[in-house]
Amino acid sequence: MKPNLILHVVAKFLIPLIIIFALYVQFHGDFGPGGGFQAGVIFSAALILYALVFGLDAAEKIIPSHILRILASLGLVIYAGVGVVTLLLGGNYLDYTVLGSTQIAGQHLGILLVELGVGITVAAVMLIIFFSFAGRGRV
Amino acid sequence: MIDIIINITLLAFLAITSVAIVRMTNLFAIVMLFGIFSLLSAGLFVVMDAPDVAFTEAAVGAGISTVLMLATLALTRNRQKNPYKEAPHAHRPWLPLFVVGITGAVLVYGTWDIPRFGDPNSPAQTHVARYYLENALPETGVPNVVTAVLASYRGFDTLGEVAVVFTAGVAVLLLIGGRRPKQTLKQKDEGEQDET
Amino acid sequence: MDFFIGQYNYWVVIFLMMVGLYTVISRGNLIKKIIGLSIFQVSVFFLYISMGTVEGGAAPIITEGVKLYSNPLPHVLILTAIVVGVATTALALALVIRIKESYGTIEEDEIHKLDHSL
Repeated sequence: MKPNLILHVVAKFLIPLIIIFALYVQFHGDFGPGGGFQAGVIFSAALILYALVFGLDAAEKIIPSHILRILASLGLVIYAGVGVVTLLLGGNYLDYTVLGSTQIAGQHLGILLVELGVGITVAAVMLIIFFSFAGRGRV
Repeated sequence: MIDIIINITLLAFLAITSVAIVRMTNLFAIVMLFGIFSLLSAGLFVVMDAPDVAFTEAAVGAGISTVLMLATLALTRNRQKNPYKEAPHAHRPWLPLFVVGITGAVLVYGTWDIPRFGDPNSPAQTHVARYYLENALPETGVPNVVTAVLASYRGFDTLGEVAVVFTAGVAVLLLIGGRRPKQTLKQKDEGEQDET
Repeated sequence: MDFFIGQYNYWVVIFLMMVGLYTVISRGNLIKKIIGLSIFQVSVFFLYISMGTVEGGAAPIITEGVKLYSNPLPHVLILTAIVVGVATTALALALVIRIKESYGTIEEDEIHKLDHSL
């Protein structure tokens, strides 16, 4: 694909904004609409935009596919790991109250960690899926 | 009142778009229309007071799934004329229409007993939802009840959902992740040789 | 009129559902079948969210001075269902690509012809 100046300039301007918005949605999800699922999808949309404008090889240089596979598993491990930690601290599985000194503090920490795990897994899986589809096309 | 008018208009647009999707035969146009369909539904979710869902639908439906379908179209198009044209269908539409009509009529009959749209005293509003709305803030300190229910009250459910997303990603990698193997197109004559 | 406004959402949901079902069972193109399946899926999302809506309610984010909220539970269920839905749709599309690679077509009739099934 031959480079298109307008697309390049607009994409370079938009991609950082999309990533900041994804982080806002991720960490402000407790107070406004948002959370791990939305943030993961928005984050992967930013990288997909990059791949569409600058080419697949450039995008795979930013996040190589073996790191994506590790990230996808890492998110799920964080989620399940929080459950195991609460078990070890004497609570029920995924009962965050035991994580902090008070119930509110524990719940807050637990929800933050779990949403982080969800966000990482969803973003990585969406990128894996997109790279698989796009990579199939090249010979 | 204005809510209801927007609601009715958007739903009518959705119905029209879906009919257009069925009637069209150009797959490229169908995929673009499906993106519009998703965007309309995101707007409708906002009208129905579900901003979290609208967020997700706008990012997923109008963004990622459209890109994925376009990628699939590029990989599966015909090399000859009309690369994105759907083949004309050989069957008559009467049997599917009959089945769909009967099913739809039964479902509409079922709506006679459903509490009306927006009824604050319907069974769906009076059981566990009331508990979540009253206790989520004091128990978890999170004002967004959707996040509290998602991550805390129904954390086990969400763990399962994340596992499903992960599994789907692994399955896609297994199916089309690697390089394309040498052409093993199943030819017509090859199939006939198998027969003999 | 009241009855019409009260049930209108459910009727449109059923209409969308039937459009999706019709696309799945009457069309032979695999990509179109998947789009029909997605339309069906979106109609189920509408069914859930419609049931959770409360007249005059606000979005379920607790703020001072608001008494009435819509039901958060359907939002949670549908939120996760949308993301899982796109992951499973991607899986279906991957299967379509593999079918195209080994049969050379994505039309159901031609696949049956090549397989000598039906």
